[in-house]
Amino acid sequence: MTTYQTRSDEMTPARAEQEEQPPPLVRPGETFRSVTEKIGDIVLAGRHPLGWWICFGIGFLLTMGLFYAIAVLLAVGVGIWGINIPVAWGFAITNFVWWIGIGHAGTLISAILLLLLQKWRNSINRLAEAMTLFAVACAAMFPLLHLGRPWAFFWLLPYPNGMELWPQFRSALVWDVFAVGTYLTVSIFFWYTGLVPDAASLRDRATNPLSRTIFGFLALGWRGSARHWRNYQSAYLLLAGLSTPLVLSVHSVVSFDFSTAIVPGWHSTIFPPYFVAGAVYSGFAMVLNIVIPLRKWYGLENVVTKKHLDNMAKVMLATGLIVAYGYIFDIFFAWYSGDAAEQYSVVNRVTGPYALIFWLLILVNVVLPQALWWPSARKNPVPLFFIALSVNLGMWIERFVIVVVSLSRDYVPSSWHLFIPTGWDWLTLFGSLGLFFALVFLFVRFLPMVTMFELRELISEEEESLP
Amino acid sequence: MKGFSELYGVMAEFNSESALREAARNARKHHYEHMDAFSPLPVRDLDEILGRKGSWTPAWVLTGGLLGGLTGYFLQLWGIGINYPFNIGGRPLNSWPLFIPITFELAVLGGAVAAVLSLFVLNGLPRLNHPVFAAPGFERVTTDAFFLCVMSSDPYFDPVLIHRFFLEETRAIAVTELRR
Repeated sequence: MTTYQTRSDEMTPARAEQEEQPPPLVRPGETFRSVTEKIGDIVLAGRHPLGWWICFGIGFLLTMGLFYAIAVLLAVGVGIWGINIPVAWGFAITNFVWWIGIGHAGTLISAILLLLLQKWRNSINRLAEAMTLFAVACAAMFPLLHLGRPWAFFWLLPYPNGMELWPQFRSALVWDVFAVGTYLTVSIFFWYTGLVPDAASLRDRATNPLSRTIFGFLALGWRGSARHWRNYQSAYLLLAGLSTPLVLSVHSVVSFDFSTAIVPGWHSTIFPPYFVAGAVYSGFAMVLNIVIPLRKWYGLENVVTKKHLDNMAKVMLATGLIVAYGYIFDIFFAWYSGDAAEQYSVVNRVTGPYALIFWLLILVNVVLPQALWWPSARKNPVPLFFIALSVNLGMWIERFVIVVVSLSRDYVPSSWHLFIPTGWDWLTLFGSLGLFFALVFLFVRFLPMVTMFELRELISEEEESLP
Repeated sequence: MKGFSELYGVMAEFNSESALREAARNARKHHYEHMDAFSPLPVRDLDEILGRKGSWTPAWVLTGGLLGGLTGYFLQLWGIGINYPFNIGGRPLNSWPLFIPITFELAVLGGAVAAVLSLFVLNGLPRLNHPVFAAPGFERVTTDAFFLCVMSSDPYFDPVLIHRFFLEETRAIAVTELRR
């Protein structure tokens, strides 16, 4: 890498960032040992900043709220939510689509950027993959809770049964079961495969017999032999190759849930690419929302550098523009279709009872993120954090607008009905956020949040390129 | 090689990738064949130096993917085309375009399962102990130490000669004999 040719003794990290050329991905001076100690000791030494306790505490309380809401839901039924006919999907499906979209950035970072040889992914991929797992777990919960009889969820799966029935394989909703199930499984595989060499590092560094035993089991006897690495690299690359079309297919299938229906505002061929772009958009926003505080609290600025923030912000800007293009074309298609119900769905979206929410969507999802055109907004963690927060909010609202506003007014005015969320709706939504954050913070506490062996590879490459 | 049957091999420690590569190259010049290297990261070009060919993992993944895809397709065809013929909107019973999403998902699932299984089987994992873990300082192999081992199965295996080879012709910082 050319960056290193200018490296000299008086070059400080601060100066390196001021230079015009891109800063290195791992700051100069880090060695195999220093990165292993820095990342490994977060887990092994077990000293955690106050911020960790506060965030985990809030997450844990909200998780308890979620469990309470689920208990009431199981006892009483889905009537505790604001859903009814025609808005039968309400928050549950809004949350499902939102969460699964958030998960997509993890796969994008770990798989697609690996295939594209984007080395900057190495510092954030583990965290992003963990985020994927937890987001998909939160997502998968919602359609199951929405079933009405969640305990019969296994009826969605094909298995020889006493009723001699099969799932309706021609339905997009059944495709969803397979897409989300495969996605969750492959995400776990990909994440765990990446974890094995790092678990071995922790096994070898741990002084406490309990952690040594646990990481010893997780490491499966990994000894870093040349044979191990050869098969490992091959398997990891193939998993990335499999995940790439998978991630595109998952959100496309989720969009089929909508676009195969005839509801005005849903029946559109632009949905698959527009949903996938939106997924990546919100996913990167969530990665930023998690990474920005963590790198500060755990002193990881040398590993998750401003270049990472800048790159993630650029991906957000690009996918955000695709999403904005989708909004424009939603309106165009409604006009061009010549269909009165389609055209009315746009008028209703922009001026109807939920119009305020639509304009809020445009503000937080389209207007505010344009600040990312300025490099100072991309490289400065504080504004970037708030822009990412705005995008997360915006993408949730987008799903709300698609699900609720479209359903509330379809072809027959006599069946029009507004959806008003109840306290249980809100508790379930914020409870799922709490579950997500509690899991993310437990992950940070118990497993290495940055892939150590990939950092070693980065350092090795940068050292070997020295003249 | 009966005399050395209680030995697993002779292992040398190095402190850099380049020293490991150089030692492996020298060992190949001395016609040592049965070697394994241990490192905290995949060392570039090491497979070529050690004379290893590619991995079987891609073949596993291809097989797994094909099996998964075929399962997906015929599961649907059997379920709603043959076992319980189900008419949806007048589509043919073998409505292949509608079977594609699930076929695709199960193909990916089959490939991913095969990739992980191949990692277990081809690498001989999980394995709770192994002779190389007895080498002094081997716990650093996952941080910053590099090892090269000539195994006792090698036709030219002679612990004394290999010891000398490591000490005289490589940049080894320690050499140990490993028992089985």
